[in-house]
Amino acid sequence: MIVGGGGHGLATAYYLAREHGINRVAVLEKGWIGSGNAGRNTTIIRSNYLLPGNEQFYEHSLRLWKGLEQDLNYNTMVSQRGVLNLLHSDAQRDAFARRGNAMRLHGADAELLDADAVRARHPYFDFTSARFPIKGGLLQRRGGTARHDAVVWGYARGADRRGVDIVQNCEVTGIRIADGTVQGVETTRGYIAAAKVGLACAGNSSRVAAMAGLRLPIESHVLQAFVSEGVKPLIDGVVTFGAGYFYISQSDKGGLVFGGDIDGYNSYAQRGSMPTVDDVMEGGMALLPMLGRLRLLRQWGGIMDMSMDGSPIIDRTPVAGLYLNAGWCYGGFKATPASGWCFAYTMARDEPHPSNAAFRLDRFASGAVLDEKGVGATPNLH
Amino acid sequence: MRIPCPHCGERGSEEFLYLGAAGLLRPAAAAPAAAWDAYVHLRDNPAGMLREHWQHLHGCRRWLVVTRDTRTHAIAQSVDAAGLA
Ligand SMILES: Cc1cc2nc3c(=O)[nH]c(=O)nc-3n(C[C@H](O)[C@H](O)[C@H](O)COP(=O)(O)OP(=O)(O)OC[C@H]3O[C@@H](n4cnc5c(N)ncnc54)[C@H](O)[C@@H]3O)c2cc1C
Ligand SMILES: [Zn+2]
Repeated sequence: MIVGGGGHGLATAYYLAREHGINRVAVLEKGWIGSGNAGRNTTIIRSNYLLPGNEQFYEHSLRLWKGLEQDLNYNTMVSQRGVLNLLHSDAQRDAFARRGNAMRLHGADAELLDADAVRARHPYFDFTSARFPIKGGLLQRRGGTARHDAVVWGYARGADRRGVDIVQNCEVTGIRIADGTVQGVETTRGYIAAAKVGLACAGNSSRVAAMAGLRLPIESHVLQAFVSEGVKPLIDGVVTFGAGYFYISQSDKGGLVFGGDIDGYNSYAQRGSMPTVDDVMEGGMALLPMLGRLRLLRQWGGIMDMSMDGSPIIDRTPVAGLYLNAGWCYGGFKATPASGWCFAYTMARDEPHPSNAAFRLDRFASGAVLDEKGVGATPNLH
Repeated sequence: MRIPCPHCGERGSEEFLYLGAAGLLRPAAAAPAAAWDAYVHLRDNPAGMLREHWQHLHGCRRWLVVTRDTRTHAIAQSVDAAGLA
């Protein structure tokens, strides 16, 4: 039994059937599949992490992305057209060089570009800004974007064809436990017994885990995204500003898709606040002054499961038969294939795969946290 | 979102700094590791009323305890944190 019909829940069901031959699987979704963050994200895929534990997992995911369309026989529009992190100071160059080297040691690709190489790709940036001069960037050419809804539909169809039941409009309202072992779940459509239950509820993870008496190292925060009116091909690849919170890419329809930081306070409202809208627009104007000539078409928000160290959890729980997939923060779309793959492995074999071995629930108690930014137990700063 | 500061009146949330859940009690230094883990890492994270710490950073700089509905951002109470946990 999988709770949550987002990308991770559906991918888990798909790999349970495909990799482990387990097809007596149901995915329970309180709304419709893809109505959560899977359908709200800005679709960036990459594996440009620093820490062992994170990097091999995201590299595993990027390799699954590469073959996903053939695997699912579905056009998920995976486009490896590069993810470029801009740098604006000598200290940032040192930090990016270190991260790039760590990536290469894990078999990922990374290239440090100087300002001229960035200018050749993106002549329209404000390179001479006195406050935020662009000095170069770290490029991962194998990074890029994928079509978020198609990823949901592709995994759902693949799981369905292997015998998985996908039940929409079915909200889990309770988790039945006896003698420390999960028995099944209460839902708005009745009780369903299950020997194993996996939670993949993203922004609602704390609420669902609380039904099993668990308190998680997670806070829920809103992240916003924006899309402009469509224009001719303008920006190739994904670019992140290094002196503020702003990132941008262009969709196949022509809209510029961009976003910034989370709003910064606990929220279960799937909409954001104006100060963050201002902040994102200011970041955009600092990097790309021509952005001010475009009109904004849409803006929306999704609820992020911000963990205490900024890294995810794919693990067993203290309740036998209950498994947890959570803590994806603002970066779980790129994780979708490997998250499903590893969660299926963990549920089927009752032990983690080496790719998710560091994503333990007890790492907070033991001190083995995975804090990429080194900011400590402050979910709103990761 | 606008937050009523008991000292300065209602102000935009951008004037405030957010810390998170209020009412978490720091364990004694010699308390068991599980107590420290709970204090540092584990949160109720409710969808509903939450008591939380905000600092009026760009105003009077006082720490406040605000009671807010995390689904609607409706604020039920906002008081100075002095003397409160
Ligand atoms: C604006 C925005 C931009 C983002 N950009 C990126 C990006 O560029 N790259 C990237 O890698 N990541 C990005 N993310 C993060 C990414 O979208 C998420 O980390 C990821 O989608 C989470 O996994 P999921 O797809 O399974 O989540 P969801 O799609 O949220 O799935 C969880 C599901 O659980 C269901 N559920 C919850 N409670 C219950 C219940 N009680 N019973 C039954 N079902 C329940 C929900 O309805 C939901 O459908 C972004 C997120 C947002 C909001
Ligand atoms: Zn004040």
